[in-house]
Amino acid sequence: MADKLRAQQQLEALQARYVGTGHADTTKFEWTSNIARDSYASYIGHPALLQYMSIGLGQPREKLRAQMIDKMIQPVGPPPEPKD
Amino acid sequence: MTSFSTLSMYALTLQPPSDTQQAIVGEFTGVKGHQQILVANGSRLTLYEVTRLERVLKEIHTHDVFGIIRGLALFRLAGASKDCIIVTSDSGRIVTLEYLPHEKEFKTIHYETFGKSGIRRVIPGQYVAADPKGRAVMVASVEKNKIVYILNRNVNGELTISSPLEAHKPHTLVYDVCGLDVGYDNPLFATLEVDYSESDLDPSGKAYQEIEKQLVYYELDLGLNHVVRKWSEKVDKTSNRIFRVPGGSAGPSGVLCCGEENISYRFPYNSSSTVLRVPIPRRNGVAEDPLRKRYIVGGTMYTMKRGSFFFLLQSEDGDLFKVTFDLAGDSGSSKQTVLKMKIKYFDTIPLARSLCILKSGFLYVACESGDRKLYELEQLGDDTDDPVFDSDNYPADPLESYAPAYFQVRPLINLNPVRSITSMNPLMDMQIANLTDEDAPQIYSICGSGSRSTFRTSRNALGVCDLIESQLPQRASAIWTTKKTSDDEHDSYIVLSLLSHTLVLAIGEDVEEALNTGFLKETTTLGIQQFGDDNLLQIYPRGIRHINSIGEITDWHSPPHRTIVACASNNRQVAIALSSGEIYYFECDPDGMLAKAEDEANLEGTVTCLGIAEVPEGRVRSDFLAVGCDDKSVRIFSLVPDHDGEILNQLSVQALSASPSSIAIMSMRDRSSHGYSLYLHVGLSSGVYIRTAMDEVTGELSETRRRFLGTSPIKFAKVLAGGDPAILALTSRPWLGYTDPQNSSLALTPLNYISFDSAWTFESEQFKGIICVRGEDLRIFTFDDLSSKLHHESIELQYTPHKFVGHPEQALYYVIEKDFNVMDPATRKMFEKEAVEVAVEATKDKDGDSAMVVEMDGEQNGGATANPDGEANADDEIITLAARKYYGYPRMAGRWSSCIQIVDPVIEKAVVHSIELEKNRCALSVATVVFESHPEETFLAVGWARDFIPSPIYYKSAGVYLYKLQDNGRKLEFYHKTKLTAPPTAMLAFKGKLAIGVGNDLSLYDCGRRSLLRKAQAKACTPTRIVGLKTQGSRLIVSDLRESVTYVVHKDIVHPNRLIPFIDDSVPRWTTCTDMVDYETVAGGDKFGNLWMVRCPLKVSEHADEPNDGQPLLQDKDYLGGAPNRLELVMHYFVQDIPMAVQKTSLIAGGEKVLFWAGLQGTLGVMIPFQSRKDFKMFQQLEFLLRTNDKPLAGRDHLAYRSYYTPLKGVIDGDLIERFLVISRDMRESVASQLDGGWTVSAVEQKIWNMRGQYAF
Repeated sequence: MADKLRAQQQLEALQARYVGTGHADTTKFEWTSNIARDSYASYIGHPALLQYMSIGLGQPREKLRAQMIDKMIQPVGPPPEPKD
Repeated sequence: MTSFSTLSMYALTLQPPSDTQQAIVGEFTGVKGHQQILVANGSRLTLYEVTRLERVLKEIHTHDVFGIIRGLALFRLAGASKDCIIVTSDSGRIVTLEYLPHEKEFKTIHYETFGKSGIRRVIPGQYVAADPKGRAVMVASVEKNKIVYILNRNVNGELTISSPLEAHKPHTLVYDVCGLDVGYDNPLFATLEVDYSESDLDPSGKAYQEIEKQLVYYELDLGLNHVVRKWSEKVDKTSNRIFRVPGGSAGPSGVLCCGEENISYRFPYNSSSTVLRVPIPRRNGVAEDPLRKRYIVGGTMYTMKRGSFFFLLQSEDGDLFKVTFDLAGDSGSSKQTVLKMKIKYFDTIPLARSLCILKSGFLYVACESGDRKLYELEQLGDDTDDPVFDSDNYPADPLESYAPAYFQVRPLINLNPVRSITSMNPLMDMQIANLTDEDAPQIYSICGSGSRSTFRTSRNALGVCDLIESQLPQRASAIWTTKKTSDDEHDSYIVLSLLSHTLVLAIGEDVEEALNTGFLKETTTLGIQQFGDDNLLQIYPRGIRHINSIGEITDWHSPPHRTIVACASNNRQVAIALSSGEIYYFECDPDGMLAKAEDEANLEGTVTCLGIAEVPEGRVRSDFLAVGCDDKSVRIFSLVPDHDGEILNQLSVQALSASPSSIAIMSMRDRSSHGYSLYLHVGLSSGVYIRTAMDEVTGELSETRRRFLGTSPIKFAKVLAGGDPAILALTSRPWLGYTDPQNSSLALTPLNYISFDSAWTFESEQFKGIICVRGEDLRIFTFDDLSSKLHHESIELQYTPHKFVGHPEQALYYVIEKDFNVMDPATRKMFEKEAVEVAVEATKDKDGDSAMVVEMDGEQNGGATANPDGEANADDEIITLAARKYYGYPRMAGRWSSCIQIVDPVIEKAVVHSIELEKNRCALSVATVVFESHPEETFLAVGWARDFIPSPIYYKSAGVYLYKLQDNGRKLEFYHKTKLTAPPTAMLAFKGKLAIGVGNDLSLYDCGRRSLLRKAQAKACTPTRIVGLKTQGSRLIVSDLRESVTYVVHKDIVHPNRLIPFIDDSVPRWTTCTDMVDYETVAGGDKFGNLWMVRCPLKVSEHADEPNDGQPLLQDKDYLGGAPNRLELVMHYFVQDIPMAVQKTSLIAGGEKVLFWAGLQGTLGVMIPFQSRKDFKMFQQLEFLLRTNDKPLAGRDHLAYRSYYTPLKGVIDGDLIERFLVISRDMRESVASQLDGGWTVSAVEQKIWNMRGQYAF
């Protein structure tokens, strides 16, 4: 039992530290939000990728960067209604 | 046993990326008042300096850190005189660097690991901000994590860095970070944050609607050693950037917070009444949307000597605005308050990534697209009559109503453009071809975006600048210039050897024929030399004429029946070779007369050329004479008396592949420990050039480099280039052997100039350069810039180029261009027409203007499809068009501006024809095609979509326009239009038909009378969307947007024809470009910055090509939902830049084929296949040793970096290998000694140079 508790604690510590670490009850919303947020962060962080998209969309990189962070707020729409 | 790939490549960068991630200004060398600009381009850190005198941007140092540089910050410890650098990259480490000006290197002071490597959502590194007093630095990630490090000194005065202090906040996104100027109070950092935790839990979406953006201040309590969230306030939701306002004794402190049409001044604990705000003025203009609000995308703050400061902020249109403050309180006291904030239009410049203002009055603009710019600040914008908007008239909340501010764009007043620094960024497509029939091919590329788009022709050549061109009365075969005395600063005579006589010109105010110079005119001349202190020598076939300072002539005649065939001389020595094979040697006696040595050398063969070095400083003679003989040898003779007192002893002989045609010995600046070494240059009659290092004492030859330069015998001319001795090698084209100003190694680069017969240095009061003759032409030129080995020519294009295709026979390119969210010309003209109509009504002037309206109507009626280019109205539009190109096109959401342009890069060097696409169409793909059914015509097919939205993809309709090429391809005549079901994103001429990728279907079309007719189709050929096609034989290589490449075979025995995909890839690759390396192998690049090569197994390939109707292939079972077979990966390499084009080609005349690629950020690189396993093993070992001994500067592991997404396969990183050439001598020795097989440093260096020299440049 103690082992299980420790494993649980470790997992929680991991989840707190690394955003996006899943757990047994990860919902589809959490999962897809995480992927989408990771993707946007990657687009913003890789200079060439951001430039590629900014040319395609005809927008300055700085503006596109801010728009992408905006999209990270709610990347896949509102969360589903909680099921009882 | 190591297993090895069947193919190994050597990856080299030929031109580093020119896209700037960030540029900062600081005093990095530690010399007060000397500012440098530190630029992060891709993985490279480069230090530039602006020289005030020459007003050029000079590169001081560059270093490849082998990591993705994300942010730079500088800090200066209290009391230090030097700015240190903080670099954040994908290494998961914070690195502090210092530039050592004497060693010319960046030194890592400290690196501290804080997280995983790679660019991730919660690993800090996206933002870095330092406290202006150099006490602390904050590193933040996009989400959650913020780390603060305290910078301090230890007891020895060295920089130390504290353990990280965390200021994490989960579910929080960060938009920007900046360090506040608070003087010596506790360091304060401001961040723009959004907390999304509530919106993530609220299914109603209400919380999302009410999300607030916060400006948060974090205080580092130096006493308690922790970070507290000091204060936060709600700011405008659109805010995206914050800038520091000077504080402490220099200003009021606080931040400028910028958002949509909003620049507000804020400081900690401000009340809403103290917030000041100015709007971002909007452009006035006929075609400008008066309601469009702008953002600030970048800017800089500049503090002047008197302590006043201003901001230069740039809006998304490129307009610069100057923001100033009216302050209350004594300057110098810490209680300054801001009364008013003002904003005024400054100037319009290209959109910048970073703006750097230097104390010397220059503004460096690292442009987002196109050439980087250097401006001089003429004035600070105080005297212009542009409107000033101040914060008194605008509410602090941008949502309240206010009258928008407008201004009118105008040409530059405050800034004066000084230089433009070539940049191919962003590069959209590239092709290598030899359209001009030179010995090396040229690189044709389409670069830039929006109105700053260009078509570029680049070639490996040094740019030269013509000073004078004039005609001679007769053909000249050789030219010299000479001074009268050795102390003269400028040359006095130009001597030309004509067909049968010699022409002497005097250099003065004018250049005219000189009389009574003493030179013998009735003969051809072999050499002219200023001899001793004040004598002149003329060497001619029958003797040597000596002219002393008062004009007395002494002639030395060659022995009877023998003539002089070759000569070499310097200020104190002369050597001549006679037709009979003797070599006579003369020295300068104390009277300045010629003294013939007793000894002479006798050679069996005929001497073809002689070479002698200049007299080294402080010596009486140069020690060696090089003799080229027609028995294909070069002999070195000693000119120093040996112990018997004899001279002209043969020291060595070197066998050559052909007879030498010219020889020169020169002392040249290089990377050796003395800084200079002696080099023997030998030019062969076969056009091969050989450079050998020569020991200054023993004359021993070592480090031989060979290179084929041209088809005619080489002739040398000793010249000066960039202040250093250099050598011109003249053959079918001129080459320059010179010291590279950047790394001091010897380089050999062709000149972008006509070939000429003879050249010499030229130095007069007005000019300093090279004088040369070509037949009857006399020219004087200078070298432009020795640091760039690529010479670029550019032609302006209309919109962002997308793709281009060459004419099958003519030297013409067809470029398709498109810009999203840009107002198309038709709509623009409509607005202009309305404006004219309004003006007409206002003035009631009917005659002049109504005619104009009619004319405009005429243009409006031009059909959507077949309209000719609007050339008729060209005249009155030229000025506005040029202006429009400069200020950028007016924007309009959802609109496309798109056109097809024909570029002639060879003869006219201009756009020869252009066609605008109308009705919101955009061109997506282009191909030239000769249909089997119309063999006499060449067509241009252009794929388009209407009302296209790239993401998520949407279109109203799509199709192909077919144009007939007229006038040798210089005009397009509309032929017909075909509608398709999906946007055609790829097209290719294939076996007399047109292959089109329509969505994810591959179709084959033939040309019909009214439209294209589909002949074959592979439905759902690839999973997502076809973005590229390549072909060889009956095979088509289809690249998918997301899923790598699929090979398709065309079977034409059956009717309808079959297109059968038979092999695809097992890894998703977001393919951008491909090329067939051979029939089975494809090289390509993807959007994440990888280069890869995949191969089809031979059996599968043969099976696919069996001559049948393809039925067996169709019956093969699909494998895991894809094609029946899978490709094998041959090579994989992370290059960081996104490859936009890849091509198998050879780069130098007679060179082996290499894989040439061009990246979005302007990188040009090659992948060279290894020819021998032995070389590969040596380089592999060298790479391994360098990886461990010369660790990348930013703390990234080299192997991990090159394996960023997928493990590296089959590639040696040549850029890392070339680090060997610049690391310290000790480390070089140590690395070389660890290599198996007894390598010396020079042998390794030669091997590295050969890899570059034999395949690339």
